[in-house]
Amino acid sequence: MADYKLDAVKGRQGDVSSQTGAESWFYSDVVKEHFFSPKNFVMGEEDMSAYNAIGKVGSPACGDELRVWMKVDAETERIQDFRWKTFGCGSAIASTSMASVMVTENGGMTLAQARKLKPQDIMERLGGLPTRKFHCSVLCDKALRDAINDYYRRTDQFDKIIVAAKRLVDPVANVTDHDIEEAVLDGALTLDAVQQRTKVGIGNPTCLPAVEELIRFYREKYFGAD
Amino acid sequence: METKHSIYVDHAATTPVASEVLAAMLPYFGEQYGNPGSFHTVGKRANDAVITAREGIASLLACRSDEVIFTGSGTESDNLAILGYARAMAGKGKHLVTTSIEHHAVLEAMQHLERKEGFELTVVPVEKNGIVDAQKVIDAIREETTVVSVMLVNNEIGTIQPVADIGRAIEKLKAEGKAQYVAFHTDACQAAAYLDLDVRKLHVDLLALNGSKIYGPKGVSLLYVKRGVKLQPLQFGGAQERGWRPGTENVAGIVGLHRALALAVARREEDESHLRPLQDQLIDGVLGSIGKTRLNGDRTQRIPNNVNISFMDLEGEALLLYLDAVGIYASTGSACTSASLDPSHVILALGMPFEVAHGSMRFSLGRETTAEDITYILEVLPSLVERLRAISPVHVDEKYFESEESN
Repeated sequence: MADYKLDAVKGRQGDVSSQTGAESWFYSDVVKEHFFSPKNFVMGEEDMSAYNAIGKVGSPACGDELRVWMKVDAETERIQDFRWKTFGCGSAIASTSMASVMVTENGGMTLAQARKLKPQDIMERLGGLPTRKFHCSVLCDKALRDAINDYYRRTDQFDKIIVAAKRLVDPVANVTDHDIEEAVLDGALTLDAVQQRTKVGIGNPTCLPAVEELIRFYREKYFGAD
Repeated sequence: METKHSIYVDHAATTPVASEVLAAMLPYFGEQYGNPGSFHTVGKRANDAVITAREGIASLLACRSDEVIFTGSGTESDNLAILGYARAMAGKGKHLVTTSIEHHAVLEAMQHLERKEGFELTVVPVEKNGIVDAQKVIDAIREETTVVSVMLVNNEIGTIQPVADIGRAIEKLKAEGKAQYVAFHTDACQAAAYLDLDVRKLHVDLLALNGSKIYGPKGVSLLYVKRGVKLQPLQFGGAQERGWRPGTENVAGIVGLHRALALAVARREEDESHLRPLQDQLIDGVLGSIGKTRLNGDRTQRIPNNVNISFMDLEGEALLLYLDAVGIYASTGSACTSASLDPSHVILALGMPFEVAHGSMRFSLGRETTAEDITYILEVLPSLVERLRAISPVHVDEKYFESEESN
């Protein structure tokens, strides 16, 4: 009889409804909280010149654009402040808001720690996102990495910049072959499924033949021939 | 997020069932449970109900009762019309014509024929006001064209298409001995509550409409099939609906569809005069009080309940959820609410960029909508839009703001 709780938690990984009772909703209560009262966003045209690292990912063409600003302490390399702006849906707003809390809480993550932050970690803290919203939390993870690189670039620590040894497949959605590989490993075995995860090709359909090729390649590599 | 408001402005998605429609249906869930195909009194009563509904609908469409085929959804009616006729005529020709703003039930059925069954498809683009040029449709027709499909009213932007003009022009082509294999289909699902559906005046061979958009039940739809038009069925197993759509009749649904359509026809002027001022109030209110907004689709050539506006620099799903939290239930063309993550093909077909489609919102009003509802929407909307714009890094080019004025 103890299993029902586990089931409830599992249920929250999929299409999430409110846990408070009668009113069902599309997102978890934590997502709602961060969506309706987002933390650390940049309001209007604020002066952001005091921030020493900037990251950007996505484009409005693919439905999400995210910009982040970080204040990194030069001594400790901890993130003191993390601010953002997004053109995005409920999940994008909520997951960026949550990420901003996670990297700055308890004195702030070091850049090395922040680099290890995974989309799954953000999602877990949010109490789950609907499956087709995974890509939204992937987005803020990418913007964070971009900002970390930017900090190292500005502080002349070029050896610490990690430009992923990846090939950019879709420059509009900023999706690499590595992203496709992860999506396939995660069980997205068709173009539709991979697009749901990564948004590859949505704003840039010309890359789709190459994407289909990659999906076939990774599917065969990890799951054997069809 | 407590709210006492509950303002449903998504009638293009579905309507509530009118109380008299529900009342007409109830006996067929109860004592009138017969199968119309049964050869006994209980069955005959059910059969009589289906016959009465079919005849009633036929007179509303100005057609014969054997030209009315009942199906399970608007999508099914569109599919049966397109796949059914295209396959039946595949020996004569394999070319299809439609427009860029059709419902997916039409577009995807045709694309399926193109990809899997060797058909050729011409998709005619629409003008910037969301209306197709009738002549461009006619020009796309060839000797081997079979299905021509143009919706009567677009489901997202509510624009009225020149179906009768196209129908007349096709008849003229046929009188000249051209385009002899063409059947002209129209998806009238969004039009049924507001426009005359006399099939003779529309000059169509096939017409689809469904119950759930006209204050009738979900799960029931019809396809008008003009005498002489042959279809290949999509399913098999009985003689119902002339063998084109076998399966035990949805008796209660069919009765409800008839009652809903009769009610819509009887109320057409009343609904129009109720909705038109509310539509104007909402359009003028939003465009007047919120900057960087754009009315999608022609201002006047649209049904009276549809308002589709793009709010630049924000994403529609976020606005949809903010509206939901204050008790306003609308719809968006944003990719985030579609399973495919593609933004609205209709807004893109107007020549708008992706970010304009992502920021589009559809408010579709209904019989219960009041001027107070619109006032409330206009009261809360500006601050919600402002909030989302304040956290947005995007600034859409001003050239896209202009709404389409009708000529």
